[in-house]
Amino acid sequence: MTVGTVARERIERLDRIWEERPGFTGWLTTTDHKRIGILYLATSLAFFAAGGVEALMMRSQLAEPNERVLSPGTYDQLMTMHGVTMIFLFVIPLSIGFFGNYLVPLMIGARDMAFPRMNALSYWLFLGSGILLYAGLLLGHGPDAGWFDYVPLASRKYSPGPGIDFYALGLILNGMSSTAAAANFLVTIFRLRAPGMSLNRMPLFCFAILATSFSLVFALPALTTDLVFLELSRKFGLHFFDVGRGGDPLLWQDLFWIFGHPEVYIIVLPAFGIATSVIPTFTRRRMAAFPLVALAELLVAFIGFGVWVHHMFATGLPEIALIFFAAASLIIVIPSGIQIFAWCMTMVTGKPEFRTPLLFIVGFILFFVFGGLSGIMLAAVPFDQQVTDTYFVVAHFHYVIWGAAVFPLLGGLYYWFPKVTGRMYHERLGQTTFWLVFIGTNVTFFPMHISGMLGMPRRVWTYPSALGWGPENLVSTAGAFFLTGGLVLLAANLVVSAWRGPAAGADPFGGATLEWTTSSPPPAYNFAVIPKVTSAYPAWDEEDRQTDAGRLERGELVLEQGHRTPGTTPVDGHLGEILEMPSESPWPFVLGALATIGFAFIIANHLVMAASTFGLGAVVLAAWHWKEPEEA
Amino acid sequence: MAIIGLPALLATGCNSNQAITNPATGPARDINTLWWAMLVGAVIIFGVVVGLLVVAFVRRNRDEGPSHDDRGPYMVIIGGGLAAPIVCLAILFGFVIHVMPATSAPPGPTKLTIDVIGHQWFWEVRYHGTPAVTANEIHIPAGTPVDVRVTTADVIHSFWVPRLNRKIDMIPGRVNRIELDAPDPGVYRGQCSEFCGVGHAQMAFFVIVQPPDQFRTWLRNEEAPAAQPSGSQATLGEHAFMTVGCQNCHEIRGTAAAGRVGPDLTHVGSRRTLAALTISNTPRSLYQWITDPQRIKPGARMPGFASLPASERHALVSYLEGLR
Repeated sequence: MTVGTVARERIERLDRIWEERPGFTGWLTTTDHKRIGILYLATSLAFFAAGGVEALMMRSQLAEPNERVLSPGTYDQLMTMHGVTMIFLFVIPLSIGFFGNYLVPLMIGARDMAFPRMNALSYWLFLGSGILLYAGLLLGHGPDAGWFDYVPLASRKYSPGPGIDFYALGLILNGMSSTAAAANFLVTIFRLRAPGMSLNRMPLFCFAILATSFSLVFALPALTTDLVFLELSRKFGLHFFDVGRGGDPLLWQDLFWIFGHPEVYIIVLPAFGIATSVIPTFTRRRMAAFPLVALAELLVAFIGFGVWVHHMFATGLPEIALIFFAAASLIIVIPSGIQIFAWCMTMVTGKPEFRTPLLFIVGFILFFVFGGLSGIMLAAVPFDQQVTDTYFVVAHFHYVIWGAAVFPLLGGLYYWFPKVTGRMYHERLGQTTFWLVFIGTNVTFFPMHISGMLGMPRRVWTYPSALGWGPENLVSTAGAFFLTGGLVLLAANLVVSAWRGPAAGADPFGGATLEWTTSSPPPAYNFAVIPKVTSAYPAWDEEDRQTDAGRLERGELVLEQGHRTPGTTPVDGHLGEILEMPSESPWPFVLGALATIGFAFIIANHLVMAASTFGLGAVVLAAWHWKEPEEA
Repeated sequence: MAIIGLPALLATGCNSNQAITNPATGPARDINTLWWAMLVGAVIIFGVVVGLLVVAFVRRNRDEGPSHDDRGPYMVIIGGGLAAPIVCLAILFGFVIHVMPATSAPPGPTKLTIDVIGHQWFWEVRYHGTPAVTANEIHIPAGTPVDVRVTTADVIHSFWVPRLNRKIDMIPGRVNRIELDAPDPGVYRGQCSEFCGVGHAQMAFFVIVQPPDQFRTWLRNEEAPAAQPSGSQATLGEHAFMTVGCQNCHEIRGTAAAGRVGPDLTHVGSRRTLAALTISNTPRSLYQWITDPQRIKPGARMPGFASLPASERHALVSYLEGLR
């Protein structure tokens, strides 16, 4: 885009207004959704590495029958932390925290999230929750009752150490972070879309994040309630789960899974969104059945709330309840099936170019169908009652969570790498890596179906040799190390390319959505002019992009008088008002730190200190709101 | 993908004693049939999706550009994503409803009722209407429906003998029921399948199905109080048992030992294994167990007695092995 003098002046003014503090402190005070996204990326990948090391340690212990690499106490902590890490500290922060944060404002043509400081707070709370959870493990008191932490095993009587407190308070903090993030996405998606982007023109990735955010907002309270009940029981001797005092241990399970199953879709929906972003780009074709796919994404999130009891089929509930929840669990196949066929048909009728991102999406489709099929089997009540809590289930949810949810995230890392870094990754190495990771995944997780069918329960730190589980476990362990090798190669490709890769330009792949219409990496304000939108594939609308260039010359929708972005109506995307956005601030960081310290005091039983810390937090909140955003 | 190799790989371990694919009763067989039927369906559905992706791959370099006509794709999407699933799921749902009654709790009282109580980390087994109590071994008569009532003394466990029936959780404050009705005598392995703490991996048990007359003999023996120690070694051992602390945790019916923390040892000498199937029941392994249980089963609630003189430990072994 050639830029005239007037336009250049406007851009310079925008640069000045949106510039943030440089250097390290700039990362502590930033409210730029892209920089917050990068913080999420780095942090979640660090936790991913930790969770991976935990997995390799467990696989080493399980490589052969009667191994003594780990003690059962250590194994149980690693097993619990592996699950907690991968779900709460890796997948969700990566998918929503990084991809959601970085991409949603860019895709809808906004200049930031609706609540930039709350966005920063979400990140700092997430970091604090990760530190708390790992502090337990590093102090030798990691939680050890499994990631779903059933009572009474997790009660003070059977888990007297502080491990469970690290778990409960860490996850409450984590839930606060996710709730704030989800609320932020809901408002951002409904109110900050560029004028002209009515809901039917919104990218499917944003529909996926919208569905995810709704799920988070409704699912997390169940988990938080459960965790608060648990801590009240552990710290103050209350009796929510205590059967002798009118409580019920199944209350924990119900509340946990009312959160826990929607959580599965929270994990996998952003992956759907990434698939629907990558596929049109590399097939040069719009998504087939766009409205059906958008509807299916929302339906998955909705039906996901009606299936939680299939995690409790073996608890002896009345059969009528089992039948109801089996039916609900089966029905969720339909919106999933619609999406699978929509992805496939887009590829069949388009002209797919199998570059690295699309390869990962193809892998995702295969894993999702595969894990989905074993999931259907688990809805079949009597079969579930056989295989639940066996390695069959471990195999199933690793196909779904690792194969179906994480593969698109890996593909997405390649796909948006040029956008985030301004450089290209190494394509040939990317494709090789895909095959290594794809094969490694199958070698690791496929044999677990078999060991499960042979009767191997999950969460065992050792097993006898007589039952024939040895070969499957040895293959799994070998696969895990192979898979790790592939992932190291993936990391090497991206890290080296970030420094040495050739310049990518604004739009190396011919992408369809708005992030490809701005430079790579995008400027702090994302778009010099708020883009015109007349379809769901605005980057492919040449005329509109010409209009943008003209608008920049004329100063229309440039909003260079302040920290501003347009606010639009929720459904039709009509321009409603010009919003003043808050600028960078140290307070989200301080508040996040105080919340973490306060929670640490609760774990350490210093309740007065905890209360004082939270009091200080209230003062900080006042300071946060004291100074309204400046006019430039 | 590797799904093609599944049947072959499964076949190699199919006959193991905890395999779902090695059913020994009607309900377990019904579930196994359901599994193979679902597997066939799954392979077909997976094949359809792989087929579509192959078509996409093969056609990627065709001459004409991408088609933007959505009518064809809509037909496939509605057909494959809505119509076909409704049919398949309806069939599967019917199958599930059909199998469920076979695996549910017995409708009324049966001739034999057994209570199984989960403990960290062993199984207490009590025979209704008799004083018989044992641990980690459930003897049942062949060809007789048995009502097993399960609950727990501490945390949640899950009762599971894959070759005989589905699993059922053991939950505080609840008594869940499951029917075991094994036609053929044999020894069937079961294992706890709800994570219950450090000993979870070493909490297994046997269901020993016996011809009815053998079972009756066994039960009569179990009902009886413990045998008197025979010989000086065993008498010394009994004395040690009653004085060094064993009696605080274990019960031996007919003696002063009445602890309820660990397994009942009235007829421990007749059992096949120790520590919930962790080791076989031989004098040597019992000696090692008494000396250092933590080495054999880390986290076990039993303290080690390495501080006792070896002669006293040998005497204990001799006494306990005599409790048949």
